[in-house]
Amino acid sequence: MTRNRRPLLALATLALSASAALPGAAFAGPTLDAVKKRGELVCGSNPGIAGFGLPDDKGQWKGFDIEFCRAIASAIFNDPSKVRFTPLSAKDRFTALQSGEIDVLSRNTTWTQSREVGQGFEFGAVTYYDGQGFMVRKKLNVNSALELSGASVCVQQGTTTELNLADFFRTHNMKYESVVFATADEGLKAYDTGRCDSFTTDMSQLYGERTKLGNPEDHVILPEVISKEPLGPVVRQGDDQWFNLVKWTHYAMLISEELAVTKANVDEKLKDPNPEIKRLLGVEGDFGAGLGLGKDWAYRIIKNVGNYGEVFDRNVGAGSKLKIQRGLNALWTNKGLQYAPPIR
Amino acid sequence: MSVTTASAAPKPKIWNDPFWRGLIVQGALLVVVLFLFAGAVINARNNMQARGIPTDFAFWDRPASFDINQTLIPYSATSPNSQVFWVGLLNTLLVAGLGIVLSTVIGFAVGAARLSTSWLVAKLAAIYVEGIRNVPLLLQIIFWYNVVLGNLPHPRQAAPFLDIAFLSNRGLFVPAPVFGPGSNAIWIALAIGIVGAVLFRIWAAKRQRETGQQAPVGLITTAFVLGLPLVAYLAAGRPIGVDYPHLKGFNFTGGQRLTPEFVALLLALTLYTAAFIAEIVRSGILAVPKGQSEAAAALGLRATPTRKLVIMPQAMRVIIPPLINQYLNLTKNSTLAVAIGYPDLFNVFSGTVLNNTGAAVQIVFMTMAVYLVVSLITSAVMNAYNARMSLRER
Ligand SMILES: N[C@@H](CCC(=O)N[C@@H](CS)C(=O)NCC(=O)O)C(=O)O
Repeated sequence: MTRNRRPLLALATLALSASAALPGAAFAGPTLDAVKKRGELVCGSNPGIAGFGLPDDKGQWKGFDIEFCRAIASAIFNDPSKVRFTPLSAKDRFTALQSGEIDVLSRNTTWTQSREVGQGFEFGAVTYYDGQGFMVRKKLNVNSALELSGASVCVQQGTTTELNLADFFRTHNMKYESVVFATADEGLKAYDTGRCDSFTTDMSQLYGERTKLGNPEDHVILPEVISKEPLGPVVRQGDDQWFNLVKWTHYAMLISEELAVTKANVDEKLKDPNPEIKRLLGVEGDFGAGLGLGKDWAYRIIKNVGNYGEVFDRNVGAGSKLKIQRGLNALWTNKGLQYAPPIR
Repeated sequence: MSVTTASAAPKPKIWNDPFWRGLIVQGALLVVVLFLFAGAVINARNNMQARGIPTDFAFWDRPASFDINQTLIPYSATSPNSQVFWVGLLNTLLVAGLGIVLSTVIGFAVGAARLSTSWLVAKLAAIYVEGIRNVPLLLQIIFWYNVVLGNLPHPRQAAPFLDIAFLSNRGLFVPAPVFGPGSNAIWIALAIGIVGAVLFRIWAAKRQRETGQQAPVGLITTAFVLGLPLVAYLAAGRPIGVDYPHLKGFNFTGGQRLTPEFVALLLALTLYTAAFIAEIVRSGILAVPKGQSEAAAALGLRATPTRKLVIMPQAMRVIIPPLINQYLNLTKNSTLAVAIGYPDLFNVFSGTVLNNTGAAVQIVFMTMAVYLVVSLITSAVMNAYNARMSLRER
């Protein structure tokens, strides 16, 4: 039900914040100040995708995108629990960010030209390189997405998935029916009951979603990856300091992995002679000031959350149920695309 | 005498004249309100532009880039966003229009059934009304969609009705008429039939007023409206064929398909609203004093004419105003379509297009304006009907 009201609510806040007697106050002012004053970060999260963002049975938010927000909170407050998560469906996420309901959106969101340039957002860091895939029932005996002509496909509204789907079938001159749902759960349920022949979303999410089906073994994920989905955190345009803080949170985690600084050994590494490590951990120089943070900003992230590889492994990689390979998300030194500019 | 003195009195100064003073004060107030409003709009616009949020209507002509599975007009992913608006609007009007007609039919039948002298019929009607109107509509929509339609078999094992219609979890597939050459004759015959029936009814009413003689109006109307097109159909060599649905690949092709989303939404909206209409009808009939039917009986009218000529015209005066509310509710409730992915205006336009373009303010205002206009038109039509039915002093 909140889903139905949210656009209106967001519109009201948008109109109010924009027309109130404080011209510009809502957005010129640094987000960081507001976060500090509030004492917590408000992070837009996924309502429930295994491995990426999902509350566990104790109501604790867990997942790859969740830990990114915990990393930001650690950099600011030295406390990964100072985050309030606002679960957002695909279609509500942008109005929520635009209206200032959340400080940052960390919710498997694809960086696209129109979202960045046309809607007033900023994407910086790609925390996960993904692509779109299809899931079908094994008993259909379909081995390739190119055999899906005439199929009904369940898809989520307001996603790049919905748009890529249209492109894919148009390019290959195949007919299909798109059955579009406002939430992933509704779409998945419809697929499970047989309303659709196929369910499509980003590959990473397909593995997680498959585990939610009645009989996961009855379904296969087709080999084709039909799109580029660079996923990452999103902020509003107009607050460069905040944008930098979010971006460099990711880079700090990448650099720590590169330098083998982990949650467990970070205290020892404070004494490490490597100047790169010294700068990262704030032993030498002060790289936090420009971000509105202390010298030890990156130390706090690693101490509380860990480096990129650790977060990947325990949420979606080898140490998790999903067992996703690093693939494109390996460090550049390991034939992957994850690459951070140096701290200096 | 007093009349001449009044006209000779000196004209009061403009600011002492209550009419002019009122006008000036109100006018000034209006200017201030407009000024504040314009200020707010301009300020909002500037701030939105500063944040990179679109404030114009450039999105209207840009390609939509997504597909919709129920379109009454031509549409593809290359169509502009404006076409999404029309597709969504027609889908809304389709489900609301059909819902209004069907819920009226069911509502009147159930309302009358509640007053039936048969104990069983009255009880069944009461159970229907109480059962339906006390369960939230959203729950009913989800019930029809997931529990009933969701558990239907796959097209390959679809439940056939005489092998011409099929019910499956992909929807209801029914035979569709195919109009061959020469079918125009049938439409022309139908038009002539309707005009003929209307003229005949006017003539029959006039004759009855003047001479008291009754004509078999029902029979002759049927002959005009159904008989004439039937004759034309036969004469033109049966130009209407039927396209039957048949299984092909993943699904059925041919015939007319009703998607599960459409069927579930229509069923839920219709049954829900019909329960309220039934209560309105029942109270309307009960509001007609008993003396009216007794008087009709004393005049020698039989039961059917008593109902048609004495009870219902009076009951309608009580029924119509709350009935308008039900029609408006049904139209607005159709926005619950998003829960099951029926592509109505609210879902595809203020959902998907808004999300893809970021033009939140423009799109939400447009959508609100549409529901407002549809509601106003519905009330206007019903109010006109009400005015015709209302008590006229004779
Ligand atoms: N990366 C795509 C798709 C992201 C997305 O929203 N995926 C869905 C499909 S599984 C999801 O996470 N849904 C969760 C929900 O809204 O409940 C985008 O940014 O548009």
